[in-house]
Amino acid sequence: MLWPHKDLLCISQLKTAEILHVFEMARRFAEINTRPVKKVPILKGKSVILFFVEPSTRTKTSFDIAGKRLSADTYSLAASSSSLRKGENLKDSALTLQAMHPDALVLRHQQSGASEFLAQRLSCSVINAGDGWHAHPTQALLDGFSLSEAWGDDMSGKTVLIVGDIAHSRVARSDVLLFTALGAQVRLCAPRTLLPAGVRQWPVEIFSNLAEACRGVDAVICLRLQLERQKAGLLPDLREYARTYGLGAGHLNRANPGVLVMHPGPMNRGVEIDAALADAENSLILDQVSAGVATRMALLFLFLTRKDASDSGDGPSGRSESHQPHPPLLQED
Amino acid sequence: MPGPDLIVRNVRWQDELVSLWISQGVVQRLASPDEPSADGEQLHGEGMLLLPGLIDAHVHLREPGFEYKEDIASGLEAAARGGFSTVLAMANTKPVNDTAAVTALMRDRATRAHPYGPRLHPVGALTKGLAGQELAPLVELAEAGCVAFSNDGMPVANPDLFRRAMEYASDMGLVVIDHCEDPFLAEGTSMNEGRVSGLLGLKGQPVVAESMQVARDILLAEYLGLPIHLAHISCRQSVELIRWAKDRGVQVTAETCPHYLLWTEELLRGYNTLAKVNPPLRTNEDVLALRQAVREGVIDMLATDHAPHAAHEKEVPMDEAPNGISGLDTALSLSWSLVREGVLSLQDLITRWTVGPATRFSLPVNRFLPGDPADFILFNPDLEWTVTPESLHSKGKNTPCLGQTLPGRVVTHGIAGKVLFHNASAA
Repeated sequence: MLWPHKDLLCISQLKTAEILHVFEMARRFAEINTRPVKKVPILKGKSVILFFVEPSTRTKTSFDIAGKRLSADTYSLAASSSSLRKGENLKDSALTLQAMHPDALVLRHQQSGASEFLAQRLSCSVINAGDGWHAHPTQALLDGFSLSEAWGDDMSGKTVLIVGDIAHSRVARSDVLLFTALGAQVRLCAPRTLLPAGVRQWPVEIFSNLAEACRGVDAVICLRLQLERQKAGLLPDLREYARTYGLGAGHLNRANPGVLVMHPGPMNRGVEIDAALADAENSLILDQVSAGVATRMALLFLFLTRKDASDSGDGPSGRSESHQPHPPLLQED
Repeated sequence: MPGPDLIVRNVRWQDELVSLWISQGVVQRLASPDEPSADGEQLHGEGMLLLPGLIDAHVHLREPGFEYKEDIASGLEAAARGGFSTVLAMANTKPVNDTAAVTALMRDRATRAHPYGPRLHPVGALTKGLAGQELAPLVELAEAGCVAFSNDGMPVANPDLFRRAMEYASDMGLVVIDHCEDPFLAEGTSMNEGRVSGLLGLKGQPVVAESMQVARDILLAEYLGLPIHLAHISCRQSVELIRWAKDRGVQVTAETCPHYLLWTEELLRGYNTLAKVNPPLRTNEDVLALRQAVREGVIDMLATDHAPHAAHEKEVPMDEAPNGISGLDTALSLSWSLVREGVLSLQDLITRWTVGPATRFSLPVNRFLPGDPADFILFNPDLEWTVTPESLHSKGKNTPCLGQTLPGRVVTHGIAGKVLFHNASAA
């Protein structure tokens, strides 16, 4: 497939066929992760900067492992160890990094739109690893890949419920876009204080009662509740939240047989999800983590091997289409 | 009667071709275009629209303290080029304009930089340091030359303090200008709360953050029997409250800005920090309500809320970007586009930019009657210009208009009969 994108900023930029292409690639790369020697040379000589201004453990590690398994050189940078701490602004920090000629910059930032801001200013690929409340496209792709492994790519007829702090969740926004694109019905369940403005115009059903919301669903994605939401006055206390919106076994009895449970992590066991459910047979939570590495390998491959826009004479916008061959997956380094 | 010092010939005023006769800084009369005169300098404005010099009741000129964004000299240059003969400058400078010394400095800088105008009238701080805790010395500020008081940018949350400020200011016959915003509902917001903020993942400011304070101010004004002026109104709900208040005879006046009449929250898509302004750009429904209110006079005046910023300050992610649009250079063209589209009449435009603010703030205004101050502009309605950083005289290049082609441009500007500039090539 031609991969036309310079940057990955939001699921909304991807066509359904492109999402499925990422899944197909991820399936191929997942196999590498099960080998005794988990490394192939297809991105040898490429360099990826992991610029995580907002702290992260799993996403950063996932990208790091994904890059290294494809033999890319990865460089980690956190806000605490960057010039941002000395007062440098984001643009200058990023331009400084670009001057070292990376092929991609993976950005995690606490502000919505930060990735788009950098993508407009950098010639290397910018991959959004989470920006504020806005988007977390790689998480959505790994969530979708996890479910596609269970259900197949066509998700029409399936219903996915997302429960928890939708308003402040980049995962929820990206998941809604992705699952809708794949044909699934999406439900959201949250107290009114944790629903974003304008949500009634989203292509979703909205519930405030978790038991009602769970009726007939095929998958439930629980979102992490940030504990500071209580201090912000959005809910009275964690006990009440857990009692009202924490996923328990009783809720799942109303779901369709074989219902799958997911969580983007990190989990507050006993708050948004009953501890036993997180470890149950129908939990995909650890599968999501594995899928994350495979999905990010696929994404790094697609973005780092796309034909450079400057080669096509289409200018710096990077809108030209380019072609990737299928990766030589069987060749070990 | 002495002969004219200056005759501006062959200009269009209210569908007639006239000549403007000026003597000793004031309008002598409007005369037939071919009426001869042996005296006076002649200025030929063939086909240009003759308009009174505009009054902008709401600008931020940044001096003292933030001269890298704008200084009084550059701000007044932008005002002159934009057609504004008079501007009211807000108090959120550094130090804040809460002492006579700052007021005097602002007036002195204005006179030195632009001895013939545009005129700068400082607006004094309502509270010390704009902190919303203690009244500023309003008498001292008035004596130094402030023409109104406002905590613009830092709204006063405490209704009792706000009441006392209105009462105290009334002793001097001066009005309080309120930036209507509930600070709790507005805290940490970057744009209007609604569909777009939900999609972009930005914390939005609900319209009630404004309209609740509009309601508070109206009720206080009615209770006290005192006037209040409401700054940069942005939403339908506020308009409805103001209409209700005026029907009840409350002494309320209000302003809105060209950007609230033209653009919606959709402009924020793509995290366009140039469109980040406070109050935020709202919805199409709000734009339509504001347009109607301006037509009907429910909104008494237009103002720019000129808020220049340095380029690097806007070139950051949305949450970090300061609020504000640089407006003096583009305001007349933007509002002229509304006349061209039939949204406003030419008379609406003139009244809202001149009579409205002049009446509220007790300023002289040119109605082209004998004895009026000879503040005038010649405006070429057919000239189109493309907004580039270089085309703006303000230091602030922060406008969503960049790259757009706007209609109409000021060709000539005279203040008190003195021609500040005459761009014959644009005529």
